[in-house]
Amino acid sequence: MTTPLLEVRHLRVEFPTRRGTLRALDDVSFSIAPGEILGVVGESGAGKSLTGAAIIGLLEPPGRVAAGRIVFAGQRIDDLPPEAMRQIRGKRIGAIFQDPLTSLNPLYTVGRQLIETIQVHLGLDGAAARERAIDLLRSTGIPAAEQRIDQFPHQFSGGMRQRVVIALALAAQPELIVADEPTTALDVSIQAQIISLLKNLARERGTAVMLVTHDMGVIAETCDRVAVMYAGRVVEIGPVAEVIHRPAHPYTAGLMGSIPAMDSEHERLLQIDGAMPRLNAIPAGCAFNPRCPRAADRCRSERPELLRAGATQAACWLHDAKVAA
Amino acid sequence: MTALVEVDDLAKTFDVSAPWLNRVIERQPRRFVHAVDGVSFAIARGTTLALVGESGCGKSTVARLLVGLYGPTRGKVRFDGSDTSATLAGPGARALRKRMQMIFQDPYASLNPRWTVRDIVGEPLREHGLAMTEAELAAKVAALLAQVGMAAADGAKFPHQFSGGQRQRISIARALATEPEFLVCDEPTSALDVSVQAQVLNIMKDLQRQRGLTYLFISHNLAVVRHVADSVGVMYLGRLVELAPKRTLFSTPRHPYTRMLLDAIPDIAMTGRQRTPVQGEVPNPLNPPTGCAFHPRCPHANARCSSERPELVDFQGIRIACHAVTEGRI
Repeated sequence: MTTPLLEVRHLRVEFPTRRGTLRALDDVSFSIAPGEILGVVGESGAGKSLTGAAIIGLLEPPGRVAAGRIVFAGQRIDDLPPEAMRQIRGKRIGAIFQDPLTSLNPLYTVGRQLIETIQVHLGLDGAAARERAIDLLRSTGIPAAEQRIDQFPHQFSGGMRQRVVIALALAAQPELIVADEPTTALDVSIQAQIISLLKNLARERGTAVMLVTHDMGVIAETCDRVAVMYAGRVVEIGPVAEVIHRPAHPYTAGLMGSIPAMDSEHERLLQIDGAMPRLNAIPAGCAFNPRCPRAADRCRSERPELLRAGATQAACWLHDAKVAA
Repeated sequence: MTALVEVDDLAKTFDVSAPWLNRVIERQPRRFVHAVDGVSFAIARGTTLALVGESGCGKSTVARLLVGLYGPTRGKVRFDGSDTSATLAGPGARALRKRMQMIFQDPYASLNPRWTVRDIVGEPLREHGLAMTEAELAAKVAALLAQVGMAAADGAKFPHQFSGGQRQRISIARALATEPEFLVCDEPTSALDVSVQAQVLNIMKDLQRQRGLTYLFISHNLAVVRHVADSVGVMYLGRLVELAPKRTLFSTPRHPYTRMLLDAIPDIAMTGRQRTPVQGEVPNPLNPPTGCAFHPRCPHANARCSSERPELVDFQGIRIACHAVTEGRI
C-alpha cells in the first residue's frame, strides 16, 4: 500500500455546552491514499459531516478537536493556526458541500468567483486565470463555458451549480477533495453525471476523495473503501464490495437490509427498530447495543474497538478472535 | 375491481406573470406555467399508484389537486364516482374530506410545534365530531398511536421530542384519524434515513393490508416505488409519459425517459453495470420544447417528435406517450 495522503488517528471532537461536554466524534481513525475514494456513510447525526469539517478545519465553535490528530501529506494539520490552515484549505484540500446554492456568492458572477480563487492560490494574472476558469468549467461538463462564465449562480440549474462548485474546488488542483453529500440535492439523472465526474478526477489526476453521503448506492458505485459511522464512531471500515456483500457489523447489515433493492421483491423491508441515540445519551458499551439483534451482556458494558473481520474491520464483539478461538 | 379515484385530463396552470405595471412598461406578455397538463389515470380500491419523476415534473401538484388543496384549471377528479371539486364546494365537503387525507414530505414542517401529539392527532377527530368526550378522544388517540408503533404516553409530548421517523409516524396517525379510504402521500420518506424509511414503509404496507387503503404515492426514488406500488406513472414536465403495472414497468420499460431513469439508479448490487450518465437536464417549464417535451434529451427523437406532441395511448397493455414506441422504432 502506498503512503496515505491523509491520516486521521483517534480523532475526538467535543462540543462544550452548559449541560456538559458532548462528544460528537470519538476515536475516529482512517486513512486515504492518493487517487483513492473513501466513502463515509451513516445516518443523520452519525458524525460524517463533522469528520469532513474537522479535516478542512471548519469546525463550528464551540466544537473543537479534543484528542487525536489529522496528518495531511506528512504534516499535522489539526493544530495549525487559522492563517496557516487557510493556505492549505482551498489550495491543497478542496471542499464540496451539499447545497450548491449556498456555497456560491449570489452577487458575483461564477467567473469572478473562480478567477479570484485561481489568482489567490495559483498567482496567475487576470487573462490566464480567466482562461483557466473556462477550462475548469468545460472539464466539469458545462456547455458553452465561454458564455456561462459571465453568468450569475441563479442562472444555473441545480446540477450545473454543483458543477460550478466542483470547478471551484478543483481550481487550485488540490490533492484531496472533501465532498459532503455532493449529490443529495440533485435528481438521479444529474447525480450520475456528478458521480462520473468525481470518479474521473480520482482516476486521471490521482486526486484523493473523501465522499460523505447517506446513499449506499452512490457509495457502491463510486468508492474504493467505505467507512460506516454510527453515533460518532467508525463501526466498520473496509473494501466497498466486502462491506456491501458481507457486512461484518450488525448495524451495517441492518442498514443494507433496510434499503429497498431494485433486484429483489421482499414484502417487508428489514428494519432496525428505534433510532440513533442522542449525543447526550450514548449508551454504555457498544453504542448500537439497544438496537442490535445480537447484543450480549458484554456489548452493554464494554466498548468494542475495530477488530479484524474477514477483509474488513468492524467494531463488534462478534469478531473478537480471543473469544471465538 | 372498481376505481376509487379517477382522474381525467387534469391540468393546473399557474400565472407567473410580472406585476401589471411591469408588463405595461416593459411590454411583457402574461406568462403561465403548465405545472400539470392533461393527466389521466385511475386508482383501483386497495391498490397503490406511484407517480415518479424528477423535480419540477408536477407530481406534487397532482397530489395537491387530488385532495383539493388546489382547484384544477381543467379536467376532473372523480372520487368514488362523484366530481371532487363540485363536492368540495357543496354541503358534502366535510364528508368527502374525511374520506381522503394527505401525508406531507417534511415531518418537521407539517406538525404544529406548539401542540402536543395528542392535540395534533386528535384535531381531525375533534373537527369531524368523531370523539364526543375527552376520555374518548384520549382513547382514540392512544389507539391511533399504537397502530403506528408508538406508545400512548407519547401523546403528552411535543413534536420536537421526536426523531424524523417518529414524526412521520405521527403524521400517519393523524391522517388515519378520520378512517380515510384514500391517502395521498407526497414523498413521505424522502426526508428520512434509510433504516427509518424502512420502518415507515413497513407501517404503510401493514396498514394498507389491514384496512384496504388506497394510496397515491409520490416519490422520486424508484427503488422505494418498486417496493410499495402496484402500478407506476412516470411524469415528465407536467404530463404522464408512461403508465404501467409495476412489474411490466421495471422489467420492460418502454418510454426512453423511463429507461433513462432506471439506468440512472446507482447500482448497489455492484454488478459492474455501467450507469449511463444522462445528457442534459429537465427543460425550463416556462418555455417547454415543442412536440414531445423529452425530445431534446432523447436518443431516439426524430422530426415528428420535435413537432407533434405524443398523446398517452394504450399500447400492448400499458399506456405510453411516445412516437418512437408506437411506431415500432424502439
